[in-house]
Amino acid sequence: MAYKQFILVCGGTGCESSKADDIFNNLKKQAEEMGVQNDVQIVKTGCFGFCEKGPIVKVLPAESFYIEVKPEDAKEIIAEQIVKGREVKRLLYKDDKQKERVRNEEIGFYQKQYRIVLRNCGIINPENIEEYIARDGYLALEKVLSSMKPENVIEELKIAGLRGRGGAGFPTWRKWDFSRTVESDQKYVVCNADEGDPGAYMDRSTIEGDPHSVIEAMTICGYTIGASKGFVYIRAEYPLAIERLKIALKQAKEYGLLGDNILGSNFSFDLEIRLGAGAFVCGEETALLQSIEGNRGMPVPRPPFPAVKGLWGKPTVINNVETWANIPVIITKGAAWFAGIGTETSKGTKVFALTGKVKNSGLVEVPMGTTLREIIYDIGGGIKSGKAFKGAQTGGPSGGIITAANLDTPIDYESLTRLGSMMGSGGLIVMDEDDCVVDVSRFYMEFCVEESCGKCTPCRVGTAQMHSLLDKICEGKGEMEDLDKLAEIGKTMTTASLCMLGGSAANPTMSTIKNFREEYEAHIKEHRCHAGKCKNLIVYEINKDTCIGCGMCARKCPAGCISGNKTDKYVIDQAQCLKCGECFNVCKFASVLKK
Amino acid sequence: MAKMTLDQLRKLREETKGDMARRETEGKEIQVVVGMGTCGIAAGSKAAFDAIMKTVDLLKLSDKVIIRQTGCMGLCHVEPTVEVIMPGMPATIYGKVNAATAEEIVRKHIVEKKMLDGHIYDRPAIDIVKK
Repeated sequence: MAYKQFILVCGGTGCESSKADDIFNNLKKQAEEMGVQNDVQIVKTGCFGFCEKGPIVKVLPAESFYIEVKPEDAKEIIAEQIVKGREVKRLLYKDDKQKERVRNEEIGFYQKQYRIVLRNCGIINPENIEEYIARDGYLALEKVLSSMKPENVIEELKIAGLRGRGGAGFPTWRKWDFSRTVESDQKYVVCNADEGDPGAYMDRSTIEGDPHSVIEAMTICGYTIGASKGFVYIRAEYPLAIERLKIALKQAKEYGLLGDNILGSNFSFDLEIRLGAGAFVCGEETALLQSIEGNRGMPVPRPPFPAVKGLWGKPTVINNVETWANIPVIITKGAAWFAGIGTETSKGTKVFALTGKVKNSGLVEVPMGTTLREIIYDIGGGIKSGKAFKGAQTGGPSGGIITAANLDTPIDYESLTRLGSMMGSGGLIVMDEDDCVVDVSRFYMEFCVEESCGKCTPCRVGTAQMHSLLDKICEGKGEMEDLDKLAEIGKTMTTASLCMLGGSAANPTMSTIKNFREEYEAHIKEHRCHAGKCKNLIVYEINKDTCIGCGMCARKCPAGCISGNKTDKYVIDQAQCLKCGECFNVCKFASVLKK
Repeated sequence: MAKMTLDQLRKLREETKGDMARRETEGKEIQVVVGMGTCGIAAGSKAAFDAIMKTVDLLKLSDKVIIRQTGCMGLCHVEPTVEVIMPGMPATIYGKVNAATAEEIVRKHIVEKKMLDGHIYDRPAIDIVKK
């Protein structure tokens, strides 16, 4: 008997960590207890993207969008909605206007999104291959094997204009074509799932929510370039994604979609998983290949490019998860359809991991050419707590900060580069007036110092030097000539580093010096951090006029440097102050001032 | 599952498509809403619901039609009730819908765009709201 209703429970890592598993199990239990287990199908899906309000539970076809659901809510959902047809109003998502009922397509978060990569996330059960097949899964493979020659596939990708989603934006068809045209007894296909940017998690969510899309795409690539073997390189910190990928690989093999003579054809292709230990540099393709070979993950000079000479010296196509996930749709819906989305130079969509000081954080997929304002304000709901927007960091440790002046620039590969940032893998961190750009630059530089593999001097020494200069500025000991030094070292690293880790490590610093020079100067000349982030530049003082002498600050001060009494009021001994901010936080009368 | 051939894959997709399509709501313009409050269920709305679903599947309409259930529509004297909302037809509430009538609603109202005689009832909700 077919199911009448469906309950979709988000099974992404984010929602799982807030008890989505318990919700799922409770729903199943309740459905059985109330005897409706044959009427309602309860499915654990991939990420819905609206992580801010997780765990998410969606009931179809009623389109009830429930947020922040708790395991104990399961009983009510089954008893009220499944049995009696009444929505559980208190759990429904309500937008800012507090409308009682918001239909799915009316939720601001989803309105401007266009889901190609995340097409199946939050709809299918990623652990069931038949649900993927039912949504036109493996249709592209079917089409390629039965009616397309390798050169036709390349031609499709060329017309589609798909470019690498891992950051640099290299045309995918050219990579494939290089490998296809090289003569070799063995070729390889590799998926880069070593997502290393702090804040980015679209690759993890894609594999968690729709692992077969990557498997199908890699198989198509194998057919196109003439490879019989592939690897998915994924970091060991993604246990759920690895688990789902393993299940998917097993099912694909059972169904004859991987392995020998796929779908009865002469074509054979197999995939294996390789786990990475979580080094940022292993996201760089040559370092990644070294790691697969069992060597230490360090980049090697290019050329030769992996497409010609890669894994064990054989031609190797290496693409990132998001790039792979686009391919089946391009084949099924056609290159012209895909080329119709996006801008002149950048086609299709891009997934961003929207985080930071924004109301609705989560995974958003938008057509290329969408403006930052649309992403942050329309989809993200604006800045949390109504503070002023300061900038948006794109591209993680390789990118830069985009300022309010450029909020309306349509985003694509070229425009971001022009603004001194880059697409990167799609991390998008929103900052407000409480964020200090010098501090942020220092954070990213520290990350690069730790993640630099140390093979080439510009990166190994350059990142450390830049970090110590930024540290100096944050402590209020900077000099104006330090800014010139930063620029000089940055330039050297950009031109002379072996790989893009060093080549782009200076980006956050350079873009902030360019866009927020006055903030650097305030740190250096006035020894002031206007955002109040750099501890050494903050002074806490007590306003005697408003202090009521309650003594709360003195009791909380871990350094014991606040003294006074009811009549004389309280005073901070500046020489001993640790700048921990405890007094500022506990004062109920706003009498502790942060300067 | 044994290894599949191309034809077997196609067949499997055809078979599983309907179930997935029912999970989708986007782009579906026809809505069938079945009143399934206590009164509705007692009067046999489950049979009506099943019949609608079966007919929609049979006629391969599941990518166009959403079948929803709702609570009591306020027409308790003519339960089970079924409302059909679709472009090109006035929103209509049918009452006293048994399995056979339910099938007819799909075949006549939705496919042929002709209303069924003898089962149409006015929309009561408006009067109730006005009071």
